[in-house]
Amino acid sequence: MPGVEYALAALTLFNVMLALGGVIAGTVIGSLPGLTATMAVAVLVPITFSMPPASALILMGAIYTGAIYGGAYAAILLNTPGTPSAIATTFDGFPMAKRGDGDLAVTLACIASVMGGLIGAAFLLGLAPPLAKVALAFGPVEYFWLAVFGLTLISALSEGNLLKGLIGACFGLLLSSIGIAEISADVRFTFGSQVLLGGIETVSALIGLYCVPVLIDLVATPDRHLKVTHQPKGFRFLESLRISWAGKINLLRSSVIGTLVGILPGAGGSIAGLVAYSEARRASKRTKHFGTGEPEGVQATESANNATVGGGFIPTLVLGIPGTPPDAVILGALLIQGVRTGPNLFTEEGSIVYTFIYGLFLATLLMLPVGLVIGRYAYKIIITVPKAMLVPTVAFMTMIGTYSIRNSVSDVIIMITLGVIGWILNRFGYSPSPIVLGLILGRIAEQGFVQGWTIGAATDDLATMFFGRPISLAIIAFIALSLFYPLIRTRWIGRRRKVNAD
Amino acid sequence: MIRVFETEPGAAVVFKRCDSAAAAPKTVLRQQARSDIPVKEEMPMKLMRLAALASVLVLPASLSFAAGHGNYPDKSVNYIIPFGPGGESDITARHQQSFFKTLFNEDLVISYKPGGGGAVGWSQLNGMKGDGYTIMGINLPHIVIKPKQKNVGFTTEDITGVYMFHYTPDALVVTEDSPFESLQDIIDYAEKNPGKLTLSGSGKGTANHLAQIRFDKMAGIKTTYVAFKGTGKAVTALLGKQVKAEWGYTSVGAKHEGKVRMLAVAMDERHPKFPDVPTFKELGFDLVSGAYRGIAVPKSTPEALRVRLSEMIGQINADPGFRERMENDGMALLDVGYADYKTFVDDKARVYLEAAREASVIK
Repeated sequence: MPGVEYALAALTLFNVMLALGGVIAGTVIGSLPGLTATMAVAVLVPITFSMPPASALILMGAIYTGAIYGGAYAAILLNTPGTPSAIATTFDGFPMAKRGDGDLAVTLACIASVMGGLIGAAFLLGLAPPLAKVALAFGPVEYFWLAVFGLTLISALSEGNLLKGLIGACFGLLLSSIGIAEISADVRFTFGSQVLLGGIETVSALIGLYCVPVLIDLVATPDRHLKVTHQPKGFRFLESLRISWAGKINLLRSSVIGTLVGILPGAGGSIAGLVAYSEARRASKRTKHFGTGEPEGVQATESANNATVGGGFIPTLVLGIPGTPPDAVILGALLIQGVRTGPNLFTEEGSIVYTFIYGLFLATLLMLPVGLVIGRYAYKIIITVPKAMLVPTVAFMTMIGTYSIRNSVSDVIIMITLGVIGWILNRFGYSPSPIVLGLILGRIAEQGFVQGWTIGAATDDLATMFFGRPISLAIIAFIALSLFYPLIRTRWIGRRRKVNAD
Repeated sequence: MIRVFETEPGAAVVFKRCDSAAAAPKTVLRQQARSDIPVKEEMPMKLMRLAALASVLVLPASLSFAAGHGNYPDKSVNYIIPFGPGGESDITARHQQSFFKTLFNEDLVISYKPGGGGAVGWSQLNGMKGDGYTIMGINLPHIVIKPKQKNVGFTTEDITGVYMFHYTPDALVVTEDSPFESLQDIIDYAEKNPGKLTLSGSGKGTANHLAQIRFDKMAGIKTTYVAFKGTGKAVTALLGKQVKAEWGYTSVGAKHEGKVRMLAVAMDERHPKFPDVPTFKELGFDLVSGAYRGIAVPKSTPEALRVRLSEMIGQINADPGFRERMENDGMALLDVGYADYKTFVDDKARVYLEAAREASVIK
């Protein structure tokens, strides 16, 4: 293992305390809807000025990894992705909690997150310089196709009601174009309003579309928030370990997907989770159960999004290009400390990089006990607190969280408006996920398309630009597979039945 | 204060100061002189010298008292960046942060209000409390171009700038292994292949984009500008060979040393960190441009506090440690105080608006 001599340097009492404190703080922050990993890291930056660079990195890495895991609580227990990375966790996590398996889902998410985090960190340790090339191989066109690939997931998510899924996605795409366009600087669909100028912020849209309808339903129906089938006893840890062992291939595949997507500077945890989820769904024998509380779904997204932490650090440290938004903040903090990123960092300043990577391993491992304990309390609180307390508390938190994303009242107004729209749409059978997918992927697709078109048109070769590049072709193949797989599968099963009948 | 530095034996310090004074536009010297005058008038020379010495050597806070500006600041100052964390506006603010604390003994608390390429923050600035404890980062050409594109909730005149403290000069950047060895190679290629030379850059109507428009006109060439969301993504496109070159900044050359080559920088004099890279001026193109950053206050902030803030930011700018950090990141320092702010922005606006109008970025 490279730089193993630095493992001990990571294990000083100071660093261990930083890793532990960071993971605890990160988990708590991540669990509150609206408080994101980026913000958690940004708040810490001034504190890290007085630390040695490796310790500063360990603290920020620990907060970051904790926050990504913490996002799972709100996703599972409140149907609200605490961070965009946890969107796909709601698909199966919340149905599990609804039927009384919330504690199991939280523990499974914890084990999956630790697994994903460790695998991501292992790639960072062993293969960072060669893997960083992946970040450069992805051009605008590849991002465009990747976003289209993400959109095909809608067909899987809205099985039985494809039309409503597509309408939802179109609504999301429209939402994504509101405000000042990122690359063309056009002002679109603001209707002269200052509120819409900054566009629809993703996290506030998540809170509005996922959480507000849950809150309204809680008030509107006499049922308990989550069904309680048994007295919460322990962590259901052994049961979770057994399920995790059975799903080891899923965990491994999802972690690798998470690492690779994490390396791409334009993608991030939300896409990693979605891609891993759709792959897990396709590969599973229990495809039909996905979306109704299937543990494999939670495992896939939670391992993938924590693997993006290690993956994202690869281009950040090797190329000086941040892999994810929190990485951008960490990179800034390193610059201020006078640390120059680049391939030399791994050879000449091994003491910083390797100490940090082992620190990241440590923080990820600490996430197991920390996550289990905090997760158990979170679950207990959610099921025992009476509705009359739960609803106002969560409603208050969503307001604060939404406001704090960019210190903007406009975002709160947008969040509430979208919440009401989401609730009405829900009653007519439109689920929030296609809308959110449209909102997130629409921007990536639009930017990639405009840039790819500009470059292609300049070189008079649009066809090769969009259809002649190897990575693009591979993604297009995946898109085709994702679109037609259900069709092929039914046929195949049909033919086999026929053969058997003969 | 300045005198103290100059008599200091540290050759490196003197060298840095000379270089950056030369590198920054002419307003520098005028402003430095001006910001010193009121302080000198208010107290005897000897005391002044003593205070200056003390401020550097022992008690950084003494100057603010001695200068007779009341107790400001006596609590932390809120510094709003109208962009997300991790960008260049954030990083330069972070550099100021630690020096603010040492010099004035109060915290400079940075928060973010991103959205609409800065428009969300700037449109709310004048609604904030003008007590000197709320300040906001401003950027050129953003505050000139954005309001001219559409109604974005503020005009250039609405913004009360107190200081422009640095700029990141535009630079034409290629990868280390690029066949383009000089600016002339770029021009030759573009002349032979009109429109085929693709250049990435950060955003539309931005410093990079306006530099591309102006340079194309000066050189009589036609190139294709591909806008990316932020410098980081524009560099990624260059390093990944998605485009042939980049309209970037000197900071790109500093951050990606060894992987990129700058063909020319848009400065008056060569950048101290890159003595081998020529300026556009040397090569016959009158292009001095970049992303200028400064600090503004809400309109209701009293005159005395505006002047005081301008002095304070000037003091941070004069700190050799601060200058060294900034220049190491590839930035160029600039000293445009409160008194000169309006003239400075008006001058820049004329050039920006002409270029933007020609490229129909604005109507």
